[in-house]
Amino acid sequence: MNKSNFIIELKNISKSYGNKVVLDNVSLNVKKGEFVTILGPSGCGKTTLLRSIAGFVTPDEGQIYLNGELINEMPPYERQLNTVFQRYALFPHLNVFENIAFGLKLQKLPKDEIEKRVRKVLKLVSMSDYEWRDVESLSGGQQQRVAIARAIVNRPQVLLLDEPLAALDLKMRHDMQMELKEMHKNLGITFIYVTHDQEEALTLSDTIVVMNDGVIQQVGNPIDIYNEPINPFVADFIGESNILNAKMIEDRKVEFMNHEFECVDENMGVNNPVDVVVRPEDIYILPDKDNPAAMMTAKVMTSIFKGVHYEMTVITENGYELMIQDYNCFEVGSEVGLIIRPNDIHVMKKERLQNTFKGTMADSTHVKMLGGVFECKEQSWAEGGEDVLVNVAFKAVDMMDDTEDGVVDADVQVILYMGNHYHLRIRTLESREAVFVDTNDIWDEGDIVGIKILPKDIKINRVANEA
Amino acid sequence: MKRNLLRLAGKRGAWGFPYLIFMLIFVLLPLILVGVYAFTDHAGHFTLANFGQFFNQSKDINTFLYSLGIAIITTLICILIGYPIAYILSNANLCKSEVMVMLFILPMWVNVLVRTLATVALFGFVGIPLGEGALIFGMVYNFLPFMILPIYNVLKKMDKSYIEAAQDMGASPAKVFTKVIFPLSMPGVISGVMMVFMPTISTFAISELLTMNKIKLFGTTIQENINNGLWNYGSVLALLMLVIILITTWVTDSNDTSESAGGLI
Repeated sequence: MNKSNFIIELKNISKSYGNKVVLDNVSLNVKKGEFVTILGPSGCGKTTLLRSIAGFVTPDEGQIYLNGELINEMPPYERQLNTVFQRYALFPHLNVFENIAFGLKLQKLPKDEIEKRVRKVLKLVSMSDYEWRDVESLSGGQQQRVAIARAIVNRPQVLLLDEPLAALDLKMRHDMQMELKEMHKNLGITFIYVTHDQEEALTLSDTIVVMNDGVIQQVGNPIDIYNEPINPFVADFIGESNILNAKMIEDRKVEFMNHEFECVDENMGVNNPVDVVVRPEDIYILPDKDNPAAMMTAKVMTSIFKGVHYEMTVITENGYELMIQDYNCFEVGSEVGLIIRPNDIHVMKKERLQNTFKGTMADSTHVKMLGGVFECKEQSWAEGGEDVLVNVAFKAVDMMDDTEDGVVDADVQVILYMGNHYHLRIRTLESREAVFVDTNDIWDEGDIVGIKILPKDIKINRVANEA
Repeated sequence: MKRNLLRLAGKRGAWGFPYLIFMLIFVLLPLILVGVYAFTDHAGHFTLANFGQFFNQSKDINTFLYSLGIAIITTLICILIGYPIAYILSNANLCKSEVMVMLFILPMWVNVLVRTLATVALFGFVGIPLGEGALIFGMVYNFLPFMILPIYNVLKKMDKSYIEAAQDMGASPAKVFTKVIFPLSMPGVISGVMMVFMPTISTFAISELLTMNKIKLFGTTIQENINNGLWNYGSVLALLMLVIILITTWVTDSNDTSESAGGLI
C-alpha cells in the first residue's frame, strides 16, 4: 500500500445540524510533526472539525484518515489521538496524579512505569510538586498544565487542542504559548490547535488554516497568510488592515482612493475591479504635507499610544479613512503627507461584483427568492413558475432595523470596513443564503435585520432561455 | 430604640425569626423532651434504668436489628433498581425523559397510606401472601422515587466533557461508566441513600398494613410504647433510632468529598 506522507487527511468533510451547515466540503492534510492551527471566528466550524478528528462528531459526508487508515467509524477511545479540552475537563474525583495516570491505568501498564511517566510529564509542564493535589484547588493555568500533561502522557500520534488558552489571562496566555511551542519542538508530536486568536495562530503555527462559515478560506504559513491574504475576510481577520475597493488599471498599476499607485501585481486584467489590502504599519507618514514625496495628504483624526507604536486614524483628502501605525506621534488635527510603497500594496481578485440569487417567478411582477417574495419590474414573459437568476448590486440591498419593514430577515455575519463604507455579509434566517451589502450605516455582528430591495434594482435573467 | 428595631427588621437575617421560633417549638423542644424523658423515671428523677431495660429485652433488640436489616435491604434494592432507571432517564432525549421522570414521581402525589392500602388490596386480589416479601416490596415501591430523583439530577447535570475526556484517553463505554460516571454520581447516590434509609428505618404504617401486623418494625415498637403511656422507655427507643440516623449522616457526609453535592432539588 502506498503510505501517504500525511498523518491526518480530511477529504470533503461536510456536517450539518438541521439546516445549518457547519462544515462544507472541508479537505485538509496535516503532515507528521506539524503544528497546524485552525483559525476562525466563533461559529465558523473549527471546533466541529477538531471534534470530528477526535471522533466525537461523525461527519455526514467525507473521509477522515489517520496514517492512511480510514477512521470514520472508529470510536474515539480507539483513536490514537488525545485532546486538550477547552474547559480542561479534569476529573474532579481524582487528584492530579490520578488524572494524568487515567489513560495509562486503562492500558494496564505496570505501576512503576505509570509513576515514571506521570512524573516525567509533570516535570515537563513544571507541575512536579502538585502530584497529590486536588484538581479543583488548582488555578486555571495549573489546571491547563495538568490537562496538557494528561493528554501527552499517552504519547498520542496527534495532540488536538481546543482553544486551550482561551480561559487564561493575557500574561499567562503568552507564557503558555511559549511553553506549548517548546513542548511541540521537544515531543515531536503533531499538534492540531484550534483558536479564534489570530496572534496566537501567528505565534505558534507552522501552518495556519483560516476558516469561516464552515469553509476553509486559506491554508499557508503565518508569513504568507499575513502578507498574501487571499480575500478581504482573511486580511481582516489576520492582523489589522485597510481594505479598499480598487481598480487594476494595468499590470503593476492600481487605482484606489482616487489615486493611481504603483504595485507589484501582474496578470490581474485591465480596468478590473479588485480589492487591495494595505497593513497599517506599511503606510508612511510625512510630517510636512507639502513634501513633494507625499502621494496624498491626510488629516490625523485620532491617535492612541499602544506601547511600541501609535495607532492613528487619518482621513485622506478624498475622504477615505485609514488606520496607520507609526513609532512617531502626530498630533490630532495636523495635516500630513502619506506614502504607500508598491511592495506594501496587496491586490486581491474580487470574489464577486454583485449578488446573484436563484429565484422563481411568482407572477409577472413578483419573484420568489431568499425565502421571500420580492416585487420586481414587470416581466412580460413571466407567467409564474419560471426559474430565474437574479442580480442585485451590493448597494441596492436595504437593511431595516425593524424586521417588520423587510421582506425577509437576516443576521449580520461579517463586517468589513472599506475606507469609506462598510461591506457586510448577512445571511437570511430562513433560507440561510448569503447576501452581500455595501452600506454607510453602522451595524454590529449578530444584528437581525430586515432586507428590502427596490423593484428597479432587481435584475432578472431567464435561465430557461439561455439553456 | 425604635430606630434599632427598624434597622433589625431591615436585615435579611431578621426575616428568619418566625422560622426560628417555629423550629424552637416544634423541632428543638421535642428533641429536648425526648432526651429528658429518656434519662428520667416516672417520678422525674435521673436514671439510666430505661436503657438497661432496652438492653435486657432481647425482643426489642431483635426488632431493632431486624428493622435495620429491612432498611438496609430496601436501600440496596432501591439503588439496584433506581440507578439504572436514573441513568437511562438522564440519557434519553429531553422531551421523552421529562415525561418519564414525571411518571416515576407521580405516585409520590398519592398519600403513602392510600398507596399501601391499595397494594394490600392488590396483593389480596392476586393472591400474594402478605409478609416479609410484601413488606420489602411496599417499602421499595414507596421510596424508590427518592432514590431515582437525586441520582437523575446528578447524572443530568454532569458535564459531558468528562465523558468525552475519558473516551479520549482510551476508555471503552464500560470503563467510562465505572471510572468516571459512577464515581461522579456518588453525591446523588448518597443523597438517595439518606432519603431512603432514614424513613425506612422509622416506618411503621407500611409494615403494619403489608404484614397484617405480623412483623413488627422498630417504628411500631416506639409507637406502641408511646401509645401505651410508656413515655420514658419510648423516648429511649426514639433516641437510639436518632443515633443510628446521625451515624448514617456522618458516614455518608465524610464519604462525600465533592463539593457539588447533588441534592433532591
